[in-house]
Amino acid sequence: MSISPHAAIILLILGPLTFAALAFLWPRYWRWFCFTLAPLQVGAVVKLALEVYASGPVRHHVGGWTAPLGIELRADGMAVVLLVITAGIGLAVMLYASRYFDPGPGQQSAEGARRQKYFWPLYFFLLASLNALFLSADIFNLYVTLELIGFSAVALVALAGKGPALTAALRYLLVSLAGSLFYLLGVVLTYGTYSTLDISLLASRVEPSFVTWVALGLMTGGLLMKAALFPLHFWLPPAHANAPSPVSALLSALVVKGAFCILLRLWFEAFASMVTPAAANFLGWLGVAAIIWGSIQALRQPRLKLLVAYSTVAQLGYLFLVFPLALSESSGFTAWSGCLLFLGAHACAKTAMFLTAGNILHAAGHDRIRDLDGITHVLPLSVFAFALAGISLVGLPPSGGFAGKWMLLNAGVSQGKWIWVTAILVGSLLAAAYIMRVLNHAFTRVPEPDIPNPIPPVMEWTGFTLALLAVVLGFFAQWPVELLRIGSPFVSVVQTVEMLP
Amino acid sequence: MVGGRLKGRHSLRPGSSTVNEIAFRLYLLAGASLVAIGFFGILASAELLRKILGVNIMGSGIFLILVGLAARTTDPIPDPVPHAMVLTGIVVSVCGTALALALADRVRAMKAREMLDEEEEE
Amino acid sequence: MTAHGLLLIGILLSSFVTGIIIFFLREESHAFRTRLNLAGAGVKLVLVAILIWEVYRHPGPLGTIRWTMLPGMDFALGADGTSILFVTLSAILWFLTTIYAVGYLEDSPHRSRFFGFFSFCVSATIGIALSANLVTFFIFYELLTVSTYPLLVHRGTAKAMQGGKVYLTYTLIGGAVLLLAVVWLQSLAGPVEFAEKGILSSLAESHGFELRIIFFLFIAAFGVKTALVPLHGWLPKAMIAPAPVSALLHAVAVVKAGAFGIIRIVYDVYGVQTASDLGLLHPLVILACFTILYGSLRALFQDELKKRLAYSTVSQVSYIVLGTAMLGPLAATGGLVHLVHQGIMKITLFFGAGNYAETLGVHHVSEMNGIGRKLPLTTISFSIGALGMIGLYPFAGYISKAYLKSGAIQAGEEWVTWVLLTSSLLNAGYFLPILYRAWFMKPPKEWPKERAFGRWETHWMLLVPPLVTAILVIYAGLFAETGFTPLAWVKLIAARESGP
Repeated sequence: MSISPHAAIILLILGPLTFAALAFLWPRYWRWFCFTLAPLQVGAVVKLALEVYASGPVRHHVGGWTAPLGIELRADGMAVVLLVITAGIGLAVMLYASRYFDPGPGQQSAEGARRQKYFWPLYFFLLASLNALFLSADIFNLYVTLELIGFSAVALVALAGKGPALTAALRYLLVSLAGSLFYLLGVVLTYGTYSTLDISLLASRVEPSFVTWVALGLMTGGLLMKAALFPLHFWLPPAHANAPSPVSALLSALVVKGAFCILLRLWFEAFASMVTPAAANFLGWLGVAAIIWGSIQALRQPRLKLLVAYSTVAQLGYLFLVFPLALSESSGFTAWSGCLLFLGAHACAKTAMFLTAGNILHAAGHDRIRDLDGITHVLPLSVFAFALAGISLVGLPPSGGFAGKWMLLNAGVSQGKWIWVTAILVGSLLAAAYIMRVLNHAFTRVPEPDIPNPIPPVMEWTGFTLALLAVVLGFFAQWPVELLRIGSPFVSVVQTVEMLP
Repeated sequence: MVGGRLKGRHSLRPGSSTVNEIAFRLYLLAGASLVAIGFFGILASAELLRKILGVNIMGSGIFLILVGLAARTTDPIPDPVPHAMVLTGIVVSVCGTALALALADRVRAMKAREMLDEEEEE
Repeated sequence: MTAHGLLLIGILLSSFVTGIIIFFLREESHAFRTRLNLAGAGVKLVLVAILIWEVYRHPGPLGTIRWTMLPGMDFALGADGTSILFVTLSAILWFLTTIYAVGYLEDSPHRSRFFGFFSFCVSATIGIALSANLVTFFIFYELLTVSTYPLLVHRGTAKAMQGGKVYLTYTLIGGAVLLLAVVWLQSLAGPVEFAEKGILSSLAESHGFELRIIFFLFIAAFGVKTALVPLHGWLPKAMIAPAPVSALLHAVAVVKAGAFGIIRIVYDVYGVQTASDLGLLHPLVILACFTILYGSLRALFQDELKKRLAYSTVSQVSYIVLGTAMLGPLAATGGLVHLVHQGIMKITLFFGAGNYAETLGVHHVSEMNGIGRKLPLTTISFSIGALGMIGLYPFAGYISKAYLKSGAIQAGEEWVTWVLLTSSLLNAGYFLPILYRAWFMKPPKEWPKERAFGRWETHWMLLVPPLVTAILVIYAGLFAETGFTPLAWVKLIAARESGP
């Protein structure tokens, strides 16, 4: 199929959006919509990635209108890597959800049918807004996509329909709205000062001033609420743990990353010229606090899905170490690309974990960790997938998590920043501790438990495949790093200075 | 780049004290107060409806600043970009409010049912 | 990819792929699993034999296989003389232990899981041996940690889980320290490839301080698996594992991985001369001597047979470290050759201990009265292993200790000979009473938990492996100076290292 990169960009946004409308109007044909969109989306992403790799970033003016009134979309290396992650996770969750809400002919409850009816439009809508976010090149457009993601995510959490899920969804919505409004206020102040919303134009105009600092502070604060950085993470565990499992996976793997990616765009592109070490260190310290607090909470949770959700809080903390580590001239790119690599590995591993947790919940009827003895008899593949995903979260080689940590560590050590180095290593050990809490139950010897609810094979294999991907990702880590180099804010530095010693 | 032409047309930086500028300062101040009041409402009130109203007040404050920003120009035609942003913002805000109200309604119904169940148990 | 590259990949995959297939086998397909296991182990033996021939023919490291994972991070395999030593040991002992494990685990549950991880464990060991750079070494070192854990807790009892937890705590922290050391060294010296005589001599002047700290980190990290005192705490607790696992753990896999790491760091990263110039070797000698004496002393007071053997391992593995830490070809020869000798002797002892437990339910030294009459063949091989450990002629241990003693004198560390002498006396102190009980005391009327195996004293699959390793112990000692023995090979390495 030969399509232009511009068509690919449009397809990535309009495609899922159209299918969202179709799935809402004719919910019965969801299967057709899924299996039509999936190859289109994957094809478009691959096309775009190859194009960007071959001839650099692609810019697209929607409808031929240029800035300031028109909307500009831009696909650089970072955007493409994130689109690939979204497409992959989206595909896996799609396969999983195709059986999750519909276990088989005659087995679907009325409740299940209702959930399925609303899941697919929201799923397509979420994909469209995520793709749009990663492709946006101006800070107001980012606001719109951020809100769209927030709305679809909240509605997806509420799908679970039960008490705790509804309260969690409402709290999530309020936090999300307040966060976006702070972000919007920052956007307004920025526009008032520099008369532009375009990220690259801002990069050339921004200079330190009180108003600019207030603007950046407001935007960062709002985004931190959405990215659930400690201590603004309080809404995340209940929302992620109570949502239906495929939704939990999407939320932990992709949704929180959306806000984080805007932060990267702001701090390393639009406002790069005014970022000071003190401000970056502040975010780094919050990251360290998140790693420790999230891990300790994960160690204490009685339920599996809550443990996995708190693990997300902890792992998000690692991402924020990029701010102090990527300020360096010589190893900035190492830290920045390592962070994005880590993000991708976490997306795979966390999706795998939530999907397997969903299987366990479904098969055992509960997810109390201390009652999981003997679950290996029932779901050997799922438990194995959980273990593999754990390897990546802990950062053991050759996983993608290892490759990401390796790069962050390299940056930290070569800059002599021992605090962040220690945080990364200690965080790994804590992760191992909470993963082992679950896995230990795989080895205890108990009589074979009763025949549980059977799990359709596709639900076991999707989680397993993603976990396996996370574990072997380290072997192929060079490819995303090469892609990230294209159009990265560090590109001029990278070309002159050898990246690693 | 079209954006480049706009540079310096207006600025939040001090120095330009026209009548427009003073009016804009008022808008800015009023907007900022509304945002603060709205956020305080979200944090302080226990009632869901008030929280949702708080979000709306925050939004209104921001839109006020945007409208002021659009008018702060020496050109006879106001800057269209903030207008576009306000319009988009209002649409988003209406959607958000609708979703929040629907959810709040569900939560209230659920709480009421729980209370009824408890009464029956007694 | 060169033919040599394919050979290395084949050696690695012959157990790795076996492991993967085994995971997907149904629990009941015993016969096929056994055949698959033995076929994998057999193929590996053949490939290793070819590899030995190739390395023998080509002086210098054999063509590597290389894949760039990240800028500055290559996955690289290669084979030099030192790798061959470890690869051969692993391949031979894996083959024997597989036979033993099949017999040992007959009729026990979760065998697919066990043999799957067992194969992974051996693959990790082979990978460690064949790593051509530090990053690859680290990858396999951590894979070893992960794949050993399920074997340790295989029984699933509360005690097993506890032992496993201690093991993981020690080794994961060790792994984190190792990662820090690797990253730090790489930030100073660039990607670290193993090379004869090391790669750091040019940095010794300018970055001496950092290199010393990094060396300390390396020793702390490897010290965990090597069980150097005070990092040995996990080893006695890990005794809870099934006998074949203990056997492999103590002879080849875990403790040897640590010792091999120290060998690589001293010889092929720092270079023994540079390490000595930086003043790093002397503290290591002291640490090794302390561990040797401490392990032997603790072994003296253990009644549980496997625990006694565990403390004996703590002591014996440090002989390798000692040999590595002393300057001069004789000490180096002693250390390297003990890598092999300790392996075959210790595995013989653990096979024996497993047979006593499995056949008669005997777990403690105090229950072993007259056991030699009940299980004569097992006890003969056990005795050979024990006498070798003490260092008597003509067993393998004698050779290592002799070289270590001459090495100590050559290195000007005469006091070390006294340590070695004391240790030998202590070894005799904890092994000879066992042998006395086994051969010369009256057997009890009834054994704790006796099982009948028909024609032989025990299951033939439990009997053949210790007999073979016992023969190897004698062969490696008696014919040490001739033909094809570990010593001959080590001398070849030493000749190449000190050559032009």
